[in-house]
Amino acid sequence: MKSAKTTATDVLPAEGGLGNDALLEVDDLHVEFVTRAGLVKAVNGVSYSLRPGESLAVLGESGSGKSVTAQAIMGILDMPPARIPQGSIKFRGTDLLKLSEDARAQIRGQRIAMIFQDALSALNPVFSVGWQISEMFRVHRGMSKRDAMKKAVELMERVRIPAARQRVNDYPHQFSGGMRQRIMIAMSIALDPEVLIADEPTTALDVTVQAQIMELLAELQRESNMGLILITHDLGVVADVADKIAVMYAGRIVENAPVRDIYKNPGHPYTKGLLESIPRVDQKGQELYAIKGLPPNLLDMPSGCAFHPRCPYRQDNCVTDVPPLNEINLDRNSACHYWREVLDGSHG
Amino acid sequence: MGRYVIRRLIQAIPVLLGATLLIFAVVFALPGDPIAALAGEKRGNPVVVALLREQYHLNDPLIVQYGYYISGVFQGNLGRTYANVEVSQIIAAKFQVTVNLAITALVLEAIFGVGLGLWAALRRGKATDSMILASTLILVSVPTLVTGFVLQLLLGVQLRRWTGGVEIFPIAGVSDGWISYVVPGFVLAGTSIAYLTRLTRTSLVENLRADYVRTAVAKGMPRRRVVGRHALRNALIPLITFLGADLGTLMGGAVITESIFNIPGIGQELFRSVHERQQPVVVGIVTILVLVYILANLVVDLLYAVLDPRIRYE
Ligand SMILES: Nc1ncnc2c1ncn2[C@@H]1O[C@H](COP(=O)(O)OP(=O)(O)OP(=O)(O)O)[C@@H](O)[C@H]1O
Ligand code: SF4
Ligand SMILES: [Mg+2]
Repeated sequence: MKSAKTTATDVLPAEGGLGNDALLEVDDLHVEFVTRAGLVKAVNGVSYSLRPGESLAVLGESGSGKSVTAQAIMGILDMPPARIPQGSIKFRGTDLLKLSEDARAQIRGQRIAMIFQDALSALNPVFSVGWQISEMFRVHRGMSKRDAMKKAVELMERVRIPAARQRVNDYPHQFSGGMRQRIMIAMSIALDPEVLIADEPTTALDVTVQAQIMELLAELQRESNMGLILITHDLGVVADVADKIAVMYAGRIVENAPVRDIYKNPGHPYTKGLLESIPRVDQKGQELYAIKGLPPNLLDMPSGCAFHPRCPYRQDNCVTDVPPLNEINLDRNSACHYWREVLDGSHG
Repeated sequence: MGRYVIRRLIQAIPVLLGATLLIFAVVFALPGDPIAALAGEKRGNPVVVALLREQYHLNDPLIVQYGYYISGVFQGNLGRTYANVEVSQIIAAKFQVTVNLAITALVLEAIFGVGLGLWAALRRGKATDSMILASTLILVSVPTLVTGFVLQLLLGVQLRRWTGGVEIFPIAGVSDGWISYVVPGFVLAGTSIAYLTRLTRTSLVENLRADYVRTAVAKGMPRRRVVGRHALRNALIPLITFLGADLGTLMGGAVITESIFNIPGIGQELFRSVHERQQPVVVGIVTILVLVYILANLVVDLLYAVLDPRIRYE
C-alpha cells in the first residue's frame, strides 16, 4: 500500500469530462488557525459545489471565512498556522487534500486559478506586466520568451487593455486600478483554467469600473465554460452574474440557493438582513434593517446557532441546538430551525 | 537620467564645501605649529620659518587659507605638504591599498551578509535562524580591535602550527597580493556583515509575506522560483542600497584595521598625518573620503532606479 499522499503522475483529476458532473465539491470543510490567542476556527463545515459554466457567489460579512475557504481550495494557506482537521475538496472527483504538494502545484494556476482583491499589491512591482503574464506560458508550457510574450499581448487584448502591444512592457504601477485588475484576470485565465476564484475582484475599484470588470468576468466565463466562484460582500453586484449564492456566517454556509429565489424570498434571517440592508430606490425614507450587533468572536463562538445573539427570529432552542443545513427544496438549503417562518416573511 | 546625474553632482558641491571647511577648521585648530614641528627639536632659522609661513599662507585668516585650498581642489590639486611633497602623490598609492581593502571587505560582506541572511530567513523560527541571529549580535558587540587580534592569533599563530609553518592567510602587510586582504577585509567588514545579515533576513521575510508572493504561489510557480525570483528580486533592493552606502563607511573605517594589520593605506597615513600635524595631508585624505561617499551614494541612487521600476529620475 502506498502512502496516503499520492504523486503527481498517477491520479491527477481527468481533464474535461462529461458536462454536468460536479467540477468542484467542497464538503464539510474545516479550517482552523493555531494562534497565540488560541484556536481560531475560521471555517466550520463549509460545503458547496460548482458545475462547469456555473457561477457561484459566496457572500458574507468580513471575517466569515470566504477567503480562507478559497485559499484552502487553491492550497495556498500557510500550514502552519493553518490546518484542515476535517473535510474534503473534490476537483473532478479527486480529493485535492489527499494529493501531494507536487500534484497540487500542477493544478494551481493551470486548472484552478484565482484573482485577488487588490491588484496593485497582488502584482509584483518589479516585473513588467508582460513578464508576469508570460511567466505562465514559460514555466507551465515551456514556451520561449518571445512566444510567451506574444501570448501575453493576446491575453491583454482579450481583457480589452487598450494599446496592449505598446503597454506589455509597462509595470503594474503605470496602470489604473481597473486596468491592473484586467491584467490580474488575463494572468489567471492564461492557461484556460476550469475553475476561476475571484476574491472580491472589484472592492478596490470605482463603481463604474466595478461594473465593467464584472461584465468582463461574466463574458470570459460564458466563452470558456469555466466554473466561477465569486466572493463578495456586496449583494448588489451578484444579481446579474451569479447562478447561485452561498451565504456564509461564522465559517459556515447558512443558506444556499439559486439567485432568483434568494432575492425573492430569503430562507435565513441573516440573508434577509443582508438583503434588507441594500438601499433601494423604491424604499427611500424607510428605515433600513441593518443587522444589529457584531460578528461573532471566532475564538469563542456562541453556542447553538452562531447567529442567535443577533437574530430577530430567535427561540429558546436556538441557544442550545446547532441548526442543521435543512433542505428547503432540491437546490436550496437553510441552516435555520425556523426557515419556514423566515420564508413566510413575518419577522419581528 | 543624464540631467539627473548632473544635477546631483552640482548638489554635491555644497556638501563637499561644508565637509572640507569643517575638517579644515578642526585640523587647523589643533595645537602646535606645523613649521616648528618640521624643524624638530631645534629651533628653525627665523627667516626660513617666516618664508615657509608665507608660502603656506599660514599668516592669513583661516577662511582665506581655506579659499586657497579649495580652489586648488577644484583644479585637481590637493596642495603640498610642509616638506614640499605633492599631497596627491602621497595619497595615490595608499588610496589604492585602501580601495583594495574596502572592496575585499565589501565582497566578503555581500557573500556572508546576504548568504547568512537568506539562510536565516528560509529557516525562520528554527535553530539555524536563532544561531545566525545570535552570532550577528556577538559580531556587533565585539570591537574591531578584538576580532582583529583574535583572528591574528588564530590564523597567524595557531593555524600555522597546524599547517607546519605554511601561512594560508597572511595577517600583516599586503605583500602577498589579494590574499593578504582577506583577513583584514573580514575584520573590517565584521559589523557590516552582522547588520547586512539582519537586514537581508528581515527584507526577505517581509517580502515572503507580500501579496504578490501569494499570487506567484497561486500561479502554480515552483517554490524555488517564488523565493528566488519573485521575493528575492524585491528583497534585494534595500540590500544593494546598504552595500553601496557602506563602501564609504568601510573606507573611512579602515584606520583601525590598517593599523592592526599594518596595511599601508590612507587610514594609516591619516593617523600618522594627524600625529605629525601634516594638515594638508589630513585635509586631502578627508576630501577624498567625502568624494567617495558622495559618488557611492549617487551610484546607489542610480542603482535604485535600475532595480525598482517605480522610481524614475528626471
Ligand atoms: N493566518 C491567519 N491566522 C489567524 N487567523 C486568520 C488567518 N487568516 C485568516 N484568519 C481569520 O479567519 C477568519 C476568516 O477570514 P477570511 O479572510 O476568510 O474572511 P473573509 O470572509 O474573506 O472576510 P473579508 O470580507 O474581510 O475578506 C478571520 O476572522 C481571520 O481573522
Ligand atoms: S436558528 Fe434560530 S437563531 Fe439561528 S438563524 Fe434561525 S432563528 Fe435565528
Ligand atoms: Mg476575504
